[in-house]
Amino acid sequence: MDTKRTVFPARGLPYLLVAPQLLITLIFFIWPAGQAVKSSFEAEDPFGLSTRFVGMQHYLRLFSEPAYLASIGRTAVFALAVSIISMGFALILAVAVNRLVRSASAYSTLLLWPYAVSPVVAGILWWFIFNSTTGILPFALEQIRIRWNHQLNGTQAMILIIIAASWKQVSYNFLFFLAGLQSVPQSLNEAAAIDGAGPVKRFWTIVFPLLSPTTFFLLIVNLNYTMFDTFGIVDATTGGGPNQATNTLVYKVYTDGYIGLNLGSSSAQSVILMAFVIALTVIQFRYVERRVQY
Amino acid sequence: MVENRPFLAVLTHLVLLAGVVIVAFPVYIALVAATHGPTALTSGAMPLLPGGELFANVMQVLTENRRGVAPFWLMAWNSLWMAVIITLGKIAISIISAFAIVYFRFPGRVLAFWLIFITLMLPVEVRIIPTFKVVADLGLLNSYAGLTIPLIASATATFLFRQFFMTIPDELMEAARVDGAGPLKFFRDILLPLSRTNIAALCVILFIYGWMQYLWPLLVTIDPNYYTLMMGVKRMAAVSDADPQWNIIMAAVLLAMLPPILIVVFMQRLFVKGLVETEK
Repeated sequence: MDTKRTVFPARGLPYLLVAPQLLITLIFFIWPAGQAVKSSFEAEDPFGLSTRFVGMQHYLRLFSEPAYLASIGRTAVFALAVSIISMGFALILAVAVNRLVRSASAYSTLLLWPYAVSPVVAGILWWFIFNSTTGILPFALEQIRIRWNHQLNGTQAMILIIIAASWKQVSYNFLFFLAGLQSVPQSLNEAAAIDGAGPVKRFWTIVFPLLSPTTFFLLIVNLNYTMFDTFGIVDATTGGGPNQATNTLVYKVYTDGYIGLNLGSSSAQSVILMAFVIALTVIQFRYVERRVQY
Repeated sequence: MVENRPFLAVLTHLVLLAGVVIVAFPVYIALVAATHGPTALTSGAMPLLPGGELFANVMQVLTENRRGVAPFWLMAWNSLWMAVIITLGKIAISIISAFAIVYFRFPGRVLAFWLIFITLMLPVEVRIIPTFKVVADLGLLNSYAGLTIPLIASATATFLFRQFFMTIPDELMEAARVDGAGPLKFFRDILLPLSRTNIAALCVILFIYGWMQYLWPLLVTIDPNYYTLMMGVKRMAAVSDADPQWNIIMAAVLLAMLPPILIVVFMQRLFVKGLVETEK
């Protein structure tokens, strides 16, 4: 890690400058994380008077609990579906905008604003559209003999949160795909065109491979987003139900710990999630920063 | 474009129009709901075209006090304060810590950098209970301090400033030192003015971030006087009354989502810069 060639010769000042950030980090990030690790190895007696060390018990119980294993599977389905749908949709739109010259920025504006919609509002909007009494889509689906009721049907509830979460993420992916597309050298495209390659062939043999750093970066960011930033969407649409069908890992930490007050188990779940985030962050910084080049 | 293919040009516009329509669809439906009177939405099929009641509904949202939530203007005020404090706080503590890390060599510098880096790996979502407990022990529940300070540490903003400072020519600092400027004078008169665009771009991104917070306010506020808009509209939408007033709820939702959207639309260049730079 570098500094400048010459630096200021002050003794106390740099500590004063980093102090606010470090204090907040220590008090509100590192200390609570340490507490989570600590209480994931402890059990409280029913009155909360004493705690004792129980080793890996919470973890062992979690991994033998069908509800938790199902939640892992559900979160994986949710994260992959949202990443694939929102990235696919965004890539198509970015490729289209990249072909335009004059109207590109107008279209970009019209596609970027959902970034500013918060997850909980996105949840409310889609919930309103899909709600079974006045919602417009259940009414339309009724015409083709599909009964929509995400309050009873777990698969439909999952589809609902996938749609809401993908919708919100499209603009982010669009922005980065567009930036990636704009950095693909035009000369390569022109050379391929002279050699007789059509637009589709050019896309798959030149543009898409050159986009792979962007795609990889976005995949990591999207997995991070669906795992951790979609709390509001789940809370506003399904509340984890029906029958746990949309109880993702983050939502489960909240319901088990904050609502159910099952501290040991919730802490163990927190620690497992921390391991997930750390893995994703390490991957992002080790492999994405290097920006695979051809 | 490489070659002229009229069919592809038409297809491009068709794809984009379809995309714009799909993206706008949920908000359009909310807008339709918010522009009708109280009876239009409860009697069978929903109308597909906007009605003329938007103003009346908005006025009702702004003036009426609803059960279980604070008055709308108060929640808007709380959201605004929360977003502004988070924005300014994050920028302030990040820019000074980046300054310390780049322009000084002191024991513990690398450790400080790594501690800040670690915050990236500990989002609030994964340490809900212990963080809540810390805030409760400090007596910060139901306060602006509790709503904002725990969210103010920012690794991304620190990295952004660090990266930017590294691109500033060393000669500037050497010249300032030769002329007798101390570190604080250099920071105030040279670094801050040079960082203007970065600060502006961060302001846009961080304001949106602060405005969107939902889980954290949900945890640390029990007193409705500290509810934010995101909590308020969720609570309004979740009432399981026999007769939910969709037109009013959707008007409130539209008002709550409007400020950050306006920022993205009217400050698009800063927004794009902020988003792309913070992800480097």
